[in-house]
Amino acid sequence: MMLASVVRFWHNGWIDKLYIQPDFFFSYRGFEWVKPLGDGTYVLFALCAISALMVALGYKYRLAILMFFLSFTYIELMDKTTYLNHYYFISLVSFLMIFLPASAYFSVDARKNDKVAFQRVPRWTVDAVKLMLGIVYFYAGLAKLNSDWLLNAQPLSIWLPSKYSTPLLGDLLQERWMHFAFSWAGALYDLAIPFLLLYRKTRVPAFVAVVIFHVLTRVLFPIGMFPYIMILSALVFFDAPFHKRILRVFGRLVNTSIGRFENDKSKPELGMLRIGKPILMIFFVVQLLLPFRHVLYPGELFWTEEGYRFSWRVMLMEKAGYANFKIVDAETGRRFYVDNNDFLTAFQEKQMATQPDFILEYGHYLKRHFEQQGHQNLQVYVESYVSLNGRGSQAYIDPKVDLAQVKPSYKHKNWILPFNDEIKGL
Amino acid sequence: MVMMALSFTLACGDSGGDDGPDDSDNFDREAMLANWADNIIIPAYDHYLDQLRALQSSKEAFISEPTMDNLSTLRTDFRAAYMAWQQVSMFEIGPAETVTLRNFTNIYPTDVSEIEDHVSMGGANLELPSNNDSQGLPAIDYLLYGVGADDAAILSKLSETSYQNYLSVVVDRLHTLTDGVRTAWVTDVYRDEFVGASGSSATSSVNKMINDFMFYYEKSLRAGKVGIPAGVFNGNPLSDRAEAPYAGDLSRELLQASFSSVMGFFRGDHFDNSGRGPSLGQYLDDVQAFKGSIFLSRAISNQSALAQEDIQKLRTDLKTQVEIDNAAMLTAYDELQELVVLFKVDMFQALNVQVDFVDADGD
Repeated sequence: MMLASVVRFWHNGWIDKLYIQPDFFFSYRGFEWVKPLGDGTYVLFALCAISALMVALGYKYRLAILMFFLSFTYIELMDKTTYLNHYYFISLVSFLMIFLPASAYFSVDARKNDKVAFQRVPRWTVDAVKLMLGIVYFYAGLAKLNSDWLLNAQPLSIWLPSKYSTPLLGDLLQERWMHFAFSWAGALYDLAIPFLLLYRKTRVPAFVAVVIFHVLTRVLFPIGMFPYIMILSALVFFDAPFHKRILRVFGRLVNTSIGRFENDKSKPELGMLRIGKPILMIFFVVQLLLPFRHVLYPGELFWTEEGYRFSWRVMLMEKAGYANFKIVDAETGRRFYVDNNDFLTAFQEKQMATQPDFILEYGHYLKRHFEQQGHQNLQVYVESYVSLNGRGSQAYIDPKVDLAQVKPSYKHKNWILPFNDEIKGL
Repeated sequence: MVMMALSFTLACGDSGGDDGPDDSDNFDREAMLANWADNIIIPAYDHYLDQLRALQSSKEAFISEPTMDNLSTLRTDFRAAYMAWQQVSMFEIGPAETVTLRNFTNIYPTDVSEIEDHVSMGGANLELPSNNDSQGLPAIDYLLYGVGADDAAILSKLSETSYQNYLSVVVDRLHTLTDGVRTAWVTDVYRDEFVGASGSSATSSVNKMINDFMFYYEKSLRAGKVGIPAGVFNGNPLSDRAEAPYAGDLSRELLQASFSSVMGFFRGDHFDNSGRGPSLGQYLDDVQAFKGSIFLSRAISNQSALAQEDIQKLRTDLKTQVEIDNAAMLTAYDELQELVVLFKVDMFQALNVQVDFVDADGD
């Protein structure tokens, strides 16, 4: 078996990606030290691009994948605002691949050194990637089994009609039944696709479904590379002869016959593979449990977002918010409001206003900022409103809580006001 | 297909519960854009331009014969032009955005020492953004009402050629800029471009106009006219930050004109009050946007009535209002603020507006 084909697309996309540099960045807890490096950020991106290319070529594979994992993850950790499930997915897969022998076949490494060339790798190394993909799809499907998605077709009922100028589909997207059709089809697709891809007889139609589904999401939603990544990733479910056919064609282009890799050798489970196996077992146990951590928190998950990230909850909610910060001088009682435009980009403000951990972090930043200007004993209050999946706006954070006194923690945030509705489901 | 649609609608009607809107026709955004352009924006520019022409001719009359009577006429025309400006200021899109009409027209507080410099130097390059705050309507406010301690002193200053020249340049520039913007709308292609861009991308006219509308409401109206002078963002009331502080009794009227233009635009009211066309309000109704048990558009108009009531209670001179009773100013601010939530959270979500705010100074 071989993995080489899976990594070919990795060098697409993020080379020309730019990072805008606002005054303030939202950090992940425990990773506050990860900050953009100023102009060094470009070096970081270059490093990431080069290592991705090296991974794709299979050149100095271990070093390259480690470099890619570290640089990509660093980029992701710089600003929480840009959190996307598929960036997380890429980080996870690249972590996984540190331990996998993806350069054993059809790679520069294997071509230069016959000793590291193997026609076969242990089955579990490929299965690990399949399992990762399966988790992404299946958990995304489970998360869709909620009353907003299935019974109210939300948030698709908000998103789809606004795509009225989509060719052919524009008018259909206005129809209520289409929103339900998309919702239910989406949930079924996510739940079933890993199994359909695993099963030989349904694999080809399943892959056709993967292509249709992701192309459709690409047309309808601004989600960048994700559809392409998922389509290409799904190829890992196909068997060796299929990949060999692709590589044979590709091999002609780069003047490398795949025949030279057909050495009938199997990669022994030594070195990284031996270390990797138990690490990956722990990794997958964590991956299986982490998305369910929200059960440890009271309150509605979509509302509090405690345990929402890193759990494959994709495109599940439309949240709009507005947060108006009030700074009070505890001694004089003097108070004023903050103009968020002075500190945040529009995108950061939008993300901040609907997520409690952002609100808290920004509140602390404001306190520091104004205390540096000579004020003392400042209190920070926020008047905020959030609208979730088409419900009317509702007060979000307790306006009487001084955020300056709230310490960030993983405990339940009791300063979030209760949600006046119920969303049933997982 | 029809059968499928029916069965889905039926199935969902039962389970969807209270907020299951029935299948909606595709709202005609192009008709809404045409209504905005033809019945609101272009007539508003026409009207403003008429007022600027009147201001120009009364300025000429005053310069050739600087009498108290001619000063009064000049002031009356200035007030009318300032009021008319409130009805176009929010349309900072297309040609107005290109020339940054709002920044050249209504940045206040105006920089008095800079104006005096320009007057004594015999002019200045008013195309420089750094001179935004020494031209436009706020500069005229100062020239007509603030250059002297009383009317006699003002008249004597304005009889000097240097002041007359600067006044003339500032008035003419307003006219030139606005005329260019109106021409772009009416005779050039912008009107068709605006109405034609009825798609759903972030750069479509609907999306941009809603963002511009929101930006105007938050920055220029709520903050600029009320919040900043009332000290909301600073902790200390800053009465000299009120609009048209030299004219004195004009600022509340300007605020009212601005607010009713915003609400008129929301409702799709024709500029000449001859009727009503497709609007944001109708669009919200069309996508069945609710706030609690009532239509969101209704909640917005209810809240706007409360804000209007509180504004009506203010003195005609907001500068004095801040100095004497700032609490009333803060009350009005709070009501205006409530509308921000309805617009920016509820309306933006219901219409799935892409947020694209750029940092810029409002007037």
